[in-house]
Amino acid sequence: MTAVLQTTPALEPVPGYRLSLRRFARNRLALAGLVAVVLFLLFCFVGPLIYSTDQTHTDLTQVNLAPSGAHLLGTDAVGHDELGRLMYGGKISLLVGLAAGVLATVIGTLWGAVAGYAGGWLDAVMMRIVDAGIAIPALFILLVVSAITTPDTLGLIVILGLVSWLVPSRLVRAETLTLKSRDYVLTLRAIGGSHGRAIGRHILPNSVSTIVVAATFQVADAILLVAYVSYLGLGVQPPSTDWGGMLSAGLTAAYSGRWWLIVPPGLAIILVVCAFNAIGDGLRDAFDVRGRG
Amino acid sequence: MDTALYLTRRLLQSLAVILIVTVVVFCLLHALPGGPARGILGPQATNEQIAAFNHEQGLDRPLPVQYVYYLHTLLRGDLGTSYTLNEAVSRLIEQRLPKTLVLTVLSALVGLVLAIPLGMWQAVRRNKPVDYVVTTLSFVAYSTPVYFLGLLLILVFTQTLRWFPSQAPQGDTLSQVFSNPVALVLPVVTGAASMIAVFSRYMRASTLDNLAEDYVRTARSGGSRPFAVLWRHVFRNSLTPVIAMLGYYVPVLFGGALVVEQLFNYPGMGLLFWSAAQSSDYPVLLGCVLVISVATVIGTLLADIVQRIVDPRVKAERT
Repeated sequence: MTAVLQTTPALEPVPGYRLSLRRFARNRLALAGLVAVVLFLLFCFVGPLIYSTDQTHTDLTQVNLAPSGAHLLGTDAVGHDELGRLMYGGKISLLVGLAAGVLATVIGTLWGAVAGYAGGWLDAVMMRIVDAGIAIPALFILLVVSAITTPDTLGLIVILGLVSWLVPSRLVRAETLTLKSRDYVLTLRAIGGSHGRAIGRHILPNSVSTIVVAATFQVADAILLVAYVSYLGLGVQPPSTDWGGMLSAGLTAAYSGRWWLIVPPGLAIILVVCAFNAIGDGLRDAFDVRGRG
Repeated sequence: MDTALYLTRRLLQSLAVILIVTVVVFCLLHALPGGPARGILGPQATNEQIAAFNHEQGLDRPLPVQYVYYLHTLLRGDLGTSYTLNEAVSRLIEQRLPKTLVLTVLSALVGLVLAIPLGMWQAVRRNKPVDYVVTTLSFVAYSTPVYFLGLLLILVFTQTLRWFPSQAPQGDTLSQVFSNPVALVLPVVTGAASMIAVFSRYMRASTLDNLAEDYVRTARSGGSRPFAVLWRHVFRNSLTPVIAMLGYYVPVLFGGALVVEQLFNYPGMGLLFWSAAQSSDYPVLLGCVLVISVATVIGTLLADIVQRIVDPRVKAERT
């Protein structure tokens, strides 16, 4: 009897998820976001294969050129082609943003699931820690960190993940609170299933839609946060760069009229962040879960 | 739950949060490599000089001891002395905080005054062109890094149109800040933009929820004009949850002020924090983070209490 119950697979993670997909496909804004993200990925990762530029060596004969046939978006202060740099920097922005957003969601999901499932004083302590984290603005922490160290790309991902897991933890905790008293979880506990099994096999799979929606918004926020990082002095080091780094590097150039150094990376950031937010909105409506406004 | 019990519980929770903030900030600033001594004395300093500095500042004692000592001094309102400015941190913050509050409060007011009617307008005209246009604009405003927006505003309104100066009002006193209101326009607008985006979304969602309520249908079937229903019932009921979100928005406002003050050279707490980060002035960094976090905790607490007192459901029953 026990064996039979335990081998019974968890409920289908998202009942009616085909219906949700169909609802998502009818959402034009969300589809536009999806198309935009795919186009940006192609631009940054396939683009350099077609439009090949040298982003490592400086070329002092080609500095500060205005957009022209040879350099569609002009060149920067050390002679890098701006269009090529936009692809090259976009790789870092997208990779770091995606990785940091996913990391934040993983941390937040585990934290929220454990807190909500445990309840009692552990829940209280864990959620007060979340409150405290939310009370300290991320930009201030990042600026403090920049005063102390200059991280590499992996370190940057970890730092961004560590300052932005708080919102998903609240959402997953709320979801866990409603799930943990469901019959199938109570049954599993009654027949001796472990807490870890209850969380891993029932609560997390049934929270998948909440987690996916949270992750999409997290990625949007992380890409935006990456754009601040160079401004705060934590960015990737030259000759490597990202869109935020291009913006920061172009600040003084923009004051002297070379707007083409800041408008393309600025627009790229805005478009990608908008696209992920639109996808998040579409997913939230399609799955009919609560998330941020 | 009884209101007094609720208040006590929320107060205790807030105190716990503040305590955790002090631990987080303390750990963050002391556990990281390099240490304050190296930052102040520079890479040329000998190990003896560093040891002497650490001893003088109490930095050679065990961290828990330093933490308890730190809490003890905090309770006396002492935030330490700035390493570089040679002045009490509490005094520095006292001078700078009012200016940051002016900036953030003005941004919040401008943001709310624009966002609330926008959100209601969108809700009433749901899925009409107006709704789509404002939704798109708020997506864009939310997705724009504050410093990029500020830079664009400077390029357009200062460099090209020459309407506003690129530098915020200077001066030590609030009256000096207010003496040049034109110079405040760009910083305030820059700070308000993402607020308009976020709060028009909240207001739109909240208004839509309320428009679907029975009391709206009742009032309309009773012959009230649509605008009167909107103004007398929907507006107030929709506003309460939105105001409650304001408490959670305090850290974002301060984060925005950090960037805006640096960009427009506005002499508030953000700029103080920025220069402290450049010189590894840890007591100032610690003090600023602490003050901002406490402000956030208080903001959240007040928002919760206000929402509980002005419970929209109670009002809905009365209507």
